[in-house]
Amino acid sequence: MAEVLDKVDAVVVGMGWAGGIVSAELAKAGKNVVGLEKGNHATRSDYIGVKDELRFDNRFEIMQSLKGDTITSRNEIDDTALPIRTMQDNQMGIDLGGASVHWAGASYRYWPYEFEIRSQTIERYGEDKIPDDMSLQDWGITYEELEPYYEKWEDTAGISGEQDPMAPERNKPWPNPPLNETPSLKMFKDAATNLGLHPFQIAAGNMSQNYENPDGEKLNACMYCSFCTRAGCDFDAKSDPLATVIPTAMRHDNFELRTRANVRRVLYDDDSKEATGVMYVDETTGEEFEQPADVVVLAAFAFTNNRLLMLSDIGEQYDPKTREGLIGRNFNGQYNSAFHGVRGFFNDKQFNLYMGAGALGAAVNDYAADNFDHSDLDFIGGGAIELRQYGFAAISSSNNYTREVPSWGADYKAESLKYAHSALRIWYTNIAMSYWHNYVDLDPTYKDEYGDPLLRITYKFGSNEKPIAKFGVEKCREIMEEMGADIIEEDEIAEEFDHVFSGGHYTGGVVMGDDPETSVVNNYLQMWDVDNLFVVGGSAFPQFGGHHPTPTIGALAYRAAEGVERFLDEGGQLATAKSKTMRA
Amino acid sequence: MVKKGSDNNSDEKVFSRRDFLKTTGVAAGGIAGGALLGGFTGFQFGSDQDSESAETGTGGETAEGGEGGAETPEFAARTFFSRQEDFAALAAATERIYPEDDNGPGAIELGVPYFIDNQLYGTWGTNGTDYRMGPYEPMASDTHGRQEKLTRGEMFLLGIRRLREYAVEEHDEEFVKLEPDVQDEILRAFESGDVEVPGMRAAAFFSLLRNTTIEGVYADPVYGGNKNMEGWKMIQYPGPRMGWMDEITSEEFVELEPESLRAYQGGGI
Repeated sequence: MAEVLDKVDAVVVGMGWAGGIVSAELAKAGKNVVGLEKGNHATRSDYIGVKDELRFDNRFEIMQSLKGDTITSRNEIDDTALPIRTMQDNQMGIDLGGASVHWAGASYRYWPYEFEIRSQTIERYGEDKIPDDMSLQDWGITYEELEPYYEKWEDTAGISGEQDPMAPERNKPWPNPPLNETPSLKMFKDAATNLGLHPFQIAAGNMSQNYENPDGEKLNACMYCSFCTRAGCDFDAKSDPLATVIPTAMRHDNFELRTRANVRRVLYDDDSKEATGVMYVDETTGEEFEQPADVVVLAAFAFTNNRLLMLSDIGEQYDPKTREGLIGRNFNGQYNSAFHGVRGFFNDKQFNLYMGAGALGAAVNDYAADNFDHSDLDFIGGGAIELRQYGFAAISSSNNYTREVPSWGADYKAESLKYAHSALRIWYTNIAMSYWHNYVDLDPTYKDEYGDPLLRITYKFGSNEKPIAKFGVEKCREIMEEMGADIIEEDEIAEEFDHVFSGGHYTGGVVMGDDPETSVVNNYLQMWDVDNLFVVGGSAFPQFGGHHPTPTIGALAYRAAEGVERFLDEGGQLATAKSKTMRA
Repeated sequence: MVKKGSDNNSDEKVFSRRDFLKTTGVAAGGIAGGALLGGFTGFQFGSDQDSESAETGTGGETAEGGEGGAETPEFAARTFFSRQEDFAALAAATERIYPEDDNGPGAIELGVPYFIDNQLYGTWGTNGTDYRMGPYEPMASDTHGRQEKLTRGEMFLLGIRRLREYAVEEHDEEFVKLEPDVQDEILRAFESGDVEVPGMRAAAFFSLLRNTTIEGVYADPVYGGNKNMEGWKMIQYPGPRMGWMDEITSEEFVELEPESLRAYQGGGI
């Protein structure tokens, strides 16, 4: 029998950016909050002195072990799904701070067009522009409405950036100036300028200088050590919850953190349509606990937010055959149709590619959102074209060889040594759409270590994916040619989704909107059907934007935190349902 | 100061690993009994006969803050592969994937066979963080990543044994005794999936072998490969450092003698 604990104002499930933000804001407002994190109580010390490529990039030290729990995957709604068994193919964040600890730091706002993508596409190109398979919908919030929350997240995180010439003018500059410009970034910018494009330095969650955020948390200037992505920062120089919102929350006695607390159910009263708390397992002792609360906030990764609602039998599961039900509908993300581009090999140049920072890079947004005319194009939306200097250690540097040589043997060795520091990649971070045939539900066969069904992902490319990827490759090539690469290799457009979940950008399934017919949560991420249940995170994205997701997750989390606080004080449904959003 | 590693192109280097295997006969599967045992006594891949400095890999380094030095003894030994013949075939295969050449040492001299042996003994080799519940459908899909019931360690063992068996079937000779171009031909047959291997696709075995070999060349020497940081020297990688604040905007390529994780951690406890 589960031990029933004392009731609190709010219980927050998941301690990444989303859960950390909600916890910090509620703690500051004096609410009694319990934060539950499935993984360990990681601290900065866990990342000091461990700059080890094999351990973090190849053995995935800070990703979730799949031993007891993974996902299953298939392409077609009648296929049998298979489990994703290795971390090579499924990288989910774990431990305090969640996936945010290993993020790179690229910080883009989504575009005004993207939040109203259905309405504005129809307005500009007519309804016929939207393909039949696409369940394209507005977010139920505008850019202008979300902007103050973007600003709040950027200030908390201390983002280092400069005004993107294509983007809406900012109310105030980024909190910190942009990161340093390296020779490869300068080459990219010069080439883009020559082509009439508008390059800028990517806004980064890596500090360009020492910074104190509005909550009083101090961050240090980044040293460009290169151990950002898939690693934790050893220097409090990357904007992550461990450096910001989690210490802010923990400064308050009315916030309690419990790690190794694996939430398995939302407790739900069907009569009153209320969540009454959560049930979790202490992963150290195996004991079960019930944590009652006035408000339940699910703030886990999109996989987990979806699965917890399904396991708890809250809301109606989406069925692609009848197109009824909403939970699991519009699951989306940047699968292997995103990040196509080109690689350029330079015979007479060596760049310091072993130095870098996660979001150190240059980009153009001339081909983002609806910044270019789509009248004669066979796709909707766009993305950034980026050149990044993450900093590459030796194993990944050994991948710089052309397709002219095999992947092993003497020729491989010679060529990979020659180009180790002389190959640059440019890619397109294109938008990813939702379709009626892509969704998540519970797998009928495969179980987790407790006997609960795994989450099953059904995903195949829709009509947008290949055309937009092909367009991106062409545009990347133009820039790489202008940069003067001696050999340019284009990525081959993927034929179909390959069941590799290594990109981390998986969203939707519990989507937001202003119409309960097509959305599960309102624009405070409060469930339409369950007033005291907030589902916060990437799970709210109706479709993916044309950029990396983190700032939008951060902004929505600040919006949700405001909503939870209001609900605790006033109760009730915070938004008025409209029936503006048309369902595809 | 970092002590310069052995010069692999020096005239002192009179024979290759391959010659060593052949001349000692250690790796030949046909030798039996006491002769075989006797052969093993002095046999250690990576214990270079003509260079003391190549033996510094496991114990430490002479980098600033480091411990140990050129006299540090070599302790590399098999802890996963039980059969010497399998390990010799693995070693020969890794050497074809990353051969010794004018650029520098190959997989054997870099300690890669021991790196792989170490990896297979531990969590990774036993798939300790993988989802391991059935039903298993190892051949059901081309695109669902690893689906084998076998662990990585088992895949290596069975894959290497099939490699040896295939060499005998096709060429009537142990893999280790075949000419390099014939060994390459056999590896290509596995790479392209033309060989039947129980419980796995031949191509899956090959990609595991290929990728783990490259990891062994370039991972930190603490794991048993990249001996004396020779892999890093070849690829001009300096190893982990506090940061590159002063160098990040440099127009010139900054080439430095590498330092290892041990040096980065301060050289000891």
